[in-house]
Amino acid sequence: MRFQGTDDYVATDDLKVAVNAATTLRRPLLVKGEPGTGKTVLAYEIAKALGTPLIEWNIKSTTKAHQGLYEYDAVARLRDSQLGEARVHDIKNYIKKGKLWEAFTAPQLPVLLIDEIDKADIEFPNDLLQELDRMEFFVYETQETIKAVERPIVIITSNNEKELPDAFLRRCFFHYIKFPDRTTMQAIIDVHFPGIQKMLVSKAMDIFYEVRDVPGLKKKPSTSELLDWLKLLLHEDMPLDVLQSRDPTKAIPPLHGALLKNEQDIMLFERLAFMARRPNN
Amino acid sequence: MFFSFMEELRTAGISASLKEHLALLAALDADVIGQSPEEFYYLARATLVKDEALLDRFDQVFGKVFKGIFTEYGQNPVDVPADWLKAIAEKYLSPEEMAKIEKMGSWDELMETLKKRLEEQEKRHQGGNKWVGTGGTSPYGNSGYNPEGVRIGGESKHKRAVKVWDKREFQNLDNTKELGTRNIKIAMRRLRRFARDGAAEELDIDGTINGTARQGWLDIKMRPERRNAIKLLLMLDVGGSMDPFIKLCEELFSAATSEFKNLEFFYFHNCPYEGVWKDNKRRFSERTQMWDLLHKFPHDYKVVMVGDASMSPYEITHPGGSVEHFNEESGAVWMNRITSTYPATVWLNPVPEKQWGYSQSTKIIKELMNDRMYPLTLEGLDDAMRELSRKHGH
Repeated sequence: MRFQGTDDYVATDDLKVAVNAATTLRRPLLVKGEPGTGKTVLAYEIAKALGTPLIEWNIKSTTKAHQGLYEYDAVARLRDSQLGEARVHDIKNYIKKGKLWEAFTAPQLPVLLIDEIDKADIEFPNDLLQELDRMEFFVYETQETIKAVERPIVIITSNNEKELPDAFLRRCFFHYIKFPDRTTMQAIIDVHFPGIQKMLVSKAMDIFYEVRDVPGLKKKPSTSELLDWLKLLLHEDMPLDVLQSRDPTKAIPPLHGALLKNEQDIMLFERLAFMARRPNN
Repeated sequence: MFFSFMEELRTAGISASLKEHLALLAALDADVIGQSPEEFYYLARATLVKDEALLDRFDQVFGKVFKGIFTEYGQNPVDVPADWLKAIAEKYLSPEEMAKIEKMGSWDELMETLKKRLEEQEKRHQGGNKWVGTGGTSPYGNSGYNPEGVRIGGESKHKRAVKVWDKREFQNLDNTKELGTRNIKIAMRRLRRFARDGAAEELDIDGTINGTARQGWLDIKMRPERRNAIKLLLMLDVGGSMDPFIKLCEELFSAATSEFKNLEFFYFHNCPYEGVWKDNKRRFSERTQMWDLLHKFPHDYKVVMVGDASMSPYEITHPGGSVEHFNEESGAVWMNRITSTYPATVWLNPVPEKQWGYSQSTKIIKELMNDRMYPLTLEGLDDAMRELSRKHGH
């Protein structure tokens, strides 16, 4: 069982090694990187490549660690007791399994994605230490221990909004998806748009990397934005010479909405264009 | 295995623990990687570094510890054309290697030596096709021959960018933490004072349980949400000498707006006088009178003034000293009015504290503020927030 990337996902060598280490030793893999460099997609692709189901746990600011284990619905039980339902006698009926429980007891070895762990409270990762380390937890209400049949493959993504505790980090493998260089980017584009014109791609990439290099951008466009932009260019049948013209007075690339997501960034480009135009007048 | 590597990592400030070391050995044992230095490098990196800011440091340590230990394997790089080698070498050699080469003499000389050594390697390298650890079990020790020279040959044959650790691709991520929005927010948390006021919107579970037990039926109790009750008045100096600090002030401003519900902000230029404004584009048409401001916001507002306090001393001390208009009363008078209306007032100065002594106006402002001027650094901000959260009698 080795991860080599898939038809839809270009994995660099270092990423492959990190994924293989995590899947072989069954320790969580923590993936960080700029937004839009394919952190979440990685989990999908690992599941696809290994032919295993994917269990997704999307973390929000209100998510608590115990929600991943189980929840005890006391209110439902109280209501049932007042209505005289028979199922009220078994507490098991009111225990809702969380994503970790699901992953531990899945019939087939799953990939568990804990997406954007940094969104949760600062204590969240600490509350999951034991569970992720031993892959087991205790249910107080029923006095039973849930233990993973087989340790699931755990992929954790983080956007760096909060720092993660050391003890948590020690239990993980870590990979930082760095922004792809031109060759990797070319490979990624080839995977997503197999029939695309070489010229268009190379022009588009020129513009894309130039945009990324503009100092002072609030949000640099990333891989997913480039792919969106290319899709738009293809859809609009943008003639090649529009990209080629390189008119300094038109600093803003066509269909820039896909690349620049911040009005201050667009203003910055407009200012640059304005400054380029001035000497001619 | 790799004890010296671990030691070096720890000295370099990468706190790799025993747990991670064992994980690395376990991964090697489980044959996660093939027998190539790059894969070992990737594996070690994924296991031992958990922070992208430390990746560059890791690369440096890795390069230092394993320098010359890795040998290439299973190839005869003899037939590589010299000029091709040269091109590749120019591309991939690290600066220190370049210096070494220059010491050895001209390119031609180097190529001659290189060729000889490559031949030598062909003869002697049979069978020894394994990279080795620190134990040095290879037929060639650390310095048996020019490791760089041979490695160049290996690279060009394999067409891979070897010595990824020497490229140090992550170098601009390593920085000592500067004042980011998150850090400012954390410093500002000192100012939190939670209080419950407003509409009762939140379910009070304890109260409900208590009430239910008392009454015998479900007795729902609500209570107002806990909110940060601190009220903040932010006064920002804009324009002129403040231009270099725009980014810093923006960060402070955005951190403050997201942290405090009761936040009011105003701009001034150099020194506050009888008028301040909220929109820099309409600074002359839409001014708020300082008197109105002092009357409108109660004394329990905390005031944070942000400015470099660099101006001509007359702008503070004399009526009519302002650079923009004729002020009837001096800046010092207005400063005193602010500090006496709002006991909790601090001045944050983005100029490094060491330089304050050189500017007379900074000294005057500091005096007017009763020494409550703090540098706009994390530490200074922390001190300022501590000062603001002190109990102030009025």
